[in-house]
Amino acid sequence: MSTVFIPTTLRRLTGNQSRLSIEGATVGEILAALDRSYPGFGERLFDSNGQVKRFINIFVNEEEIRTLQGLATPVRPDDTISIVPAMAGGV
Amino acid sequence: MRSYLSRDQLLARLRAEVPELSPREVHERMQRDPSLTVIDIREEEEWLQGHVPGARHISRSFLELQIEFIQPDRQAPIVLYCAGGTRSLLAAHNLHELGYENVISMRTGFSGWVNAGLPFKVPRALRPDQRERYARHLILPELGEEGQLRLLDARVLIVGAGGLGSPAALYLAAAGVGVIGIVDYDNVDRTNLQRQILHGESTVGVPKVESAIQRLKDLNPDVEVIGYRQPLTAANAFDILRGYDVVLNGSDNFPTRYLVNDACHLLGIPLVDASIFMFEGQVTVYQPADPARAIEGGPCYRCLYPDPPPPGEVPSCAEAGVLGVLPGIIGSIQAVEAIKLITRIGRPLVGRLLMYDALEQSFRTLHVRRDPACPLCGEHPTITELIDYEQFCGVAALPTPTAAISMPLPVAPQTVAR
Repeated sequence: MSTVFIPTTLRRLTGNQSRLSIEGATVGEILAALDRSYPGFGERLFDSNGQVKRFINIFVNEEEIRTLQGLATPVRPDDTISIVPAMAGGV
Repeated sequence: MRSYLSRDQLLARLRAEVPELSPREVHERMQRDPSLTVIDIREEEEWLQGHVPGARHISRSFLELQIEFIQPDRQAPIVLYCAGGTRSLLAAHNLHELGYENVISMRTGFSGWVNAGLPFKVPRALRPDQRERYARHLILPELGEEGQLRLLDARVLIVGAGGLGSPAALYLAAAGVGVIGIVDYDNVDRTNLQRQILHGESTVGVPKVESAIQRLKDLNPDVEVIGYRQPLTAANAFDILRGYDVVLNGSDNFPTRYLVNDACHLLGIPLVDASIFMFEGQVTVYQPADPARAIEGGPCYRCLYPDPPPPGEVPSCAEAGVLGVLPGIIGSIQAVEAIKLITRIGRPLVGRLLMYDALEQSFRTLHVRRDPACPLCGEHPTITELIDYEQFCGVAALPTPTAAISMPLPVAPQTVAR
């Protein structure tokens, strides 16, 4: 099971859990499983073409998946996945 | 009976042990190898009256304690000099005991250097009160007098005198950053005081830039604080940002974030960017390439977030709340990065996104890469001037237009001089 870090902006969808253990061989599989367990999650991550929205970055360990193999990036059980959306707050 | 040496016998023995070079030979060697470690071991007052250009200063009394910060390699050649060539012999002997194998003493010392007509540098000196104020910086070998003078010469612009801008401004003023510009059109209100530590009960209702100027001048009268009591827009951004060495972003909306990113990139100013939300913060440095200083440059905000979220998709701190201490931590990290950029020490947070989660009490660092297709800093840029950011983000940068905003703005920024 890989560890997925949920950003604060999306925690209301996961019952305020900040990290989840999810099974999957690729980033895409893990995010699909996340959406099955927490309905509405996929809608927040993907655009109408099924691509990750451009103001959200998904990292496997320290690397962003656009620099790897996108949603097809393979994931090992000890990997961590971070979902990092743009945040504007500063004051 | 224990044998002893006279002063002259000790020096004669050291002269036989320690290799010596004349000032001219040292000068030639420095020309050939600019990375040669040359250390002035005289007292601070002597160093300040003039020293060999390119030399580092460690008083002899701190030499063994600090040498490893400057040269940890025991095989590397190290040239020591003092005023006349005697103290450097003794000091060379001390370094030898630490295992340094290639320590050279400069014969006749700095006076010999000057007499040989070689160039020397008289450093700009701090005033006695500055020496006292910045004492804890001055003893850091990484900063020292040179780093402190760089801070005193530096100009930093802070966008937003709010949660992030407050701690950043306070620490930068305390550190002696020469000019701090602050852009904020807002007035202090009581809900700010839970986290915006620049302001206080006595400045509720006062423009934030005025409140900031009062507080920062009290903290450090050395610092010139320039307030820009106006919203940052595509029309005024270049005029405000130009001339600053570093920009810190502490704004609270996407249009301003894209505007600051684009303006900094187009002006070639490093941007220390951060944002916060509830219990979580992000910090990174966007460093434009600077071939003149051999700086390769890193990604920009648009590499990381090519498009803004649609309006309403990401709630604001005003809607969702923010732990008051959170901007204290993140804004302080911004101040650290600004100081590192100014004094050119350490590894800046370029190409790395630092994530902080207060509930987990965890820091994580993620790699961010330059996007070759970035419309601003990529290979074929399409954004070559500032654009309409409210249209780009589909949202107004100013959440609630008020009378204060639509009022004509003062032509000159409010300035409180040194």
